[in-house]
Amino acid sequence: MKHFAKLIRTIDSTNKTNEKVNALAEYFNIANDSDKLWAIAILSHRRPKRPVNTTLLREWATEQSGIPLWLFEESYHIVGDLAETIALILPKTTKESDKSLSQVIAEIISLREMDDASKKAYLHENWMNMSYYERFIFNKIITGGFRIGVSQKLMTRALSKSTGIDEDILAYKLMGDWTPVSTTYTQLIEEENPSDYLSKPYPFYLAYAVEDGFQESMGEISNWSFEHKWDGIRAQVILRNNEVFVWSRGEELVTDKYPEFQRFLDHIPNGTVLDGEILPFPDGRIGDFRDLQTRIGRKNISKNLLAKTPVILVAYDLLEWQGEDIRNKPFSFRRKILDAMIAKLNSESIGLFLSSTMRFEKWESAAEERKRSREKRSEGLMIKRIDSSYQVGRKKGDWWKWKVDPFTIDAVLTYAMRGHGRRANLYTDYTFGLWDNGELVTFAKAYSGLTDKELREIDAWIKKNTLERFGPVRSVTPHHVFEIAFEGIAKSSRHKSGVATRFPRILRWRRDKKIDEANTLSDLKDLIPK
Amino acid sequence: MKHPLLVFNEKGIYCQQADVYIDAWRAVDKCIVTHGHSDHSRWGHKRYITHRRNVPIIKHRLGDITVTPKEWNETFTINGVTFSLHPAGHITGSSQVRVEYKGEVWVFTGDYKVEDDGLAETFEPIKCQTFITECTFGLPAFKWEPQADVFTDINNWWATNKAEARTSVLFGYSLGKAQRLIKHLDTSIGKIYTHGAVEKMTQVIRAEYDLPPTELITRDSKKEDIAGNIVIAPPSAHGGIWIRKMLPYVTATASGWMAFRGARRRRAMDKGFVLSDHADWDGLLSAIKETGCEKVITTHGYTDIFSRYLREELGYDARTEKTQYEGELNEIETEKEEEA
Ligand SMILES: [Zn+2]
Repeated sequence: MKHFAKLIRTIDSTNKTNEKVNALAEYFNIANDSDKLWAIAILSHRRPKRPVNTTLLREWATEQSGIPLWLFEESYHIVGDLAETIALILPKTTKESDKSLSQVIAEIISLREMDDASKKAYLHENWMNMSYYERFIFNKIITGGFRIGVSQKLMTRALSKSTGIDEDILAYKLMGDWTPVSTTYTQLIEEENPSDYLSKPYPFYLAYAVEDGFQESMGEISNWSFEHKWDGIRAQVILRNNEVFVWSRGEELVTDKYPEFQRFLDHIPNGTVLDGEILPFPDGRIGDFRDLQTRIGRKNISKNLLAKTPVILVAYDLLEWQGEDIRNKPFSFRRKILDAMIAKLNSESIGLFLSSTMRFEKWESAAEERKRSREKRSEGLMIKRIDSSYQVGRKKGDWWKWKVDPFTIDAVLTYAMRGHGRRANLYTDYTFGLWDNGELVTFAKAYSGLTDKELREIDAWIKKNTLERFGPVRSVTPHHVFEIAFEGIAKSSRHKSGVATRFPRILRWRRDKKIDEANTLSDLKDLIPK
Repeated sequence: MKHPLLVFNEKGIYCQQADVYIDAWRAVDKCIVTHGHSDHSRWGHKRYITHRRNVPIIKHRLGDITVTPKEWNETFTINGVTFSLHPAGHITGSSQVRVEYKGEVWVFTGDYKVEDDGLAETFEPIKCQTFITECTFGLPAFKWEPQADVFTDINNWWATNKAEARTSVLFGYSLGKAQRLIKHLDTSIGKIYTHGAVEKMTQVIRAEYDLPPTELITRDSKKEDIAGNIVIAPPSAHGGIWIRKMLPYVTATASGWMAFRGARRRRAMDKGFVLSDHADWDGLLSAIKETGCEKVITTHGYTDIFSRYLREELGYDARTEKTQYEGELNEIETEKEEEA
């Protein structure tokens, strides 16, 4: 526990990826196999089942702290994390745990079987025998959701550093349904498996956003190929040795989440790697990103979900063909093979679509096409140099994205909520309303986009113009108009306004506008793509 | 009904009987000022009354003002009301204000902390009936470690950075936090360099307090000389081109808000030390208890939560008044910093 707590403390106190990796690798070097296995499990979100519900946890923690429950709840709201709040409000200790990580977890697992009185006694005793960070980790393991700024990717890199095993192979080994109870460190990590190399993806090539007036520096437009920019999950689909592997852009193996692509096996030859976008495809047409979110979050994909929100792959590049890495060949060459391969298949029946390429003679025509992005359900255009190789990472020069401008609407500030942590004294989270029959109907929440100076000014105004308080939320006199930008819009039955927006944010404070000049809900609905 | 000794009006905390304000946020004729932070000592009053050791600080910030200096515990009477200043332990020269009229005693804390920081005059508990207290960190989630432990961490951090041939850049508000850091840095590790705003304020404070030597970073400072040493700078200097001279460097900030993981991680700093010039939860509670007061008024911070706790759990007659004091928020980022 001591080492693991030190590790998390180090990770917490740096924002440098390299230092995090080093600290993790250091931990993997010194920890024993069962601690290592549990550390890997926890950091890849394989935690033991929650042994105590959070209501009891709060009660018992407040009891030990001698504070009333309402004060705990207020503190929790401000701190923003249950495990951290409990660790903070408990009486201070100078003790350190002498148990190992795996021992503590074994105890947490067996806690499930105990009665409430024994659970409480166990927690009270252990809380008072741990340092602050040990307490925090202990609570995190109990409550679940161990998100501490370490992605699976980062952990895999550290493990690779410590073991000398290739990162992508480790990623493959760490896939699937294992738990520290069902396997050992040796079985999971160290034993060689001939299929380990099969899944290996290529690093993704990423485009830069164009800047205003970019057309002038692009040279001949005939050197460029255009496509729509699809708004889904960037992915590589790999077919090798009669197996399919799906990697997302975070270079995470997500094969299990998209069983649809298993169908490719009967139609696409081994030794093929496709680069493309996973898009939701409900009712036989491209859906919006919110549909996809229901798929991303799930570990288990039910039949029901598959039927309701199927996905397709819109392919736009070919990285490997007949077992050969063709990334150094020109884009036009790679696309010729890809286009021909897909043309031969009845590909749409297996959920494989082609991202069509376009050529333009004038930038004006390209701009016209970009304007059609929203009706085509794309985010704008991709511009790729026809003779470009497939490079590694984000590189300037050959691939560009030319996104559509965000939607914007003028809305009225109606509610404000306190921020968290350092901003806990400031009202930083806002709710905005649009007019509908003389009433303001909430349509979005947004927080980012104001300067510190504006934030303090609006905060002071909110404190003076509060109508009602509901815990941390205040309703305010409708007075200020803000221009809100957002990326996507769709009908939604879950929102009171009947509309859901994607990435809403404050674009600017419209001090020049009075509230009756703000937009109406029907103005907003007019923006929904038909 | 009797008029309260102190009221909160649109200009500040006002004593009608004496026609004097305390820490007014709008320009007034006569104002008692607790300390030099900009939310407590505003510009534009006709006359200032403050502790002798705060005089050079506010003169440095506010320029040519008319100010009457006072000593600790020195009483002065205005129209029958007796005032005196007592150490608040917040920053150098920071005071609480004691106000007495016809046997009734009120104390206003300004900003304060109860731990002796080895530089500011130590907080002195004053008996009173009504205690007007800040509660910037009035939540049970805030519990400070002893200062000695925090400075061990800070000095270890510096030594480690130095061993890795990196310069340590430590951010703290230029009045108060910066001098407290400077005071307790272990100069056997290396030299202390300063940003302009910090250096100017430190020079002002040096007149009355013993501080280790510091060196201002100027255009002529050599990169090689700075390397591996520590640089104390105001938070507003973070992200400026000024910092490039320190490359390769590691950044840290020292603030009470760093108690929260979220705050530490959002701050785009390499490290966060939990070090505050305000009282923590236990500090606030012990300070209130020691006054022996019956009434408590909370002014800034988690005022509603804290006064509810005092009322419901401890049985005080506690309420909240609106003020324009900002506590440590102000000490993290402020535009005033640039002109200091
Ligand atoms: Zn202050």
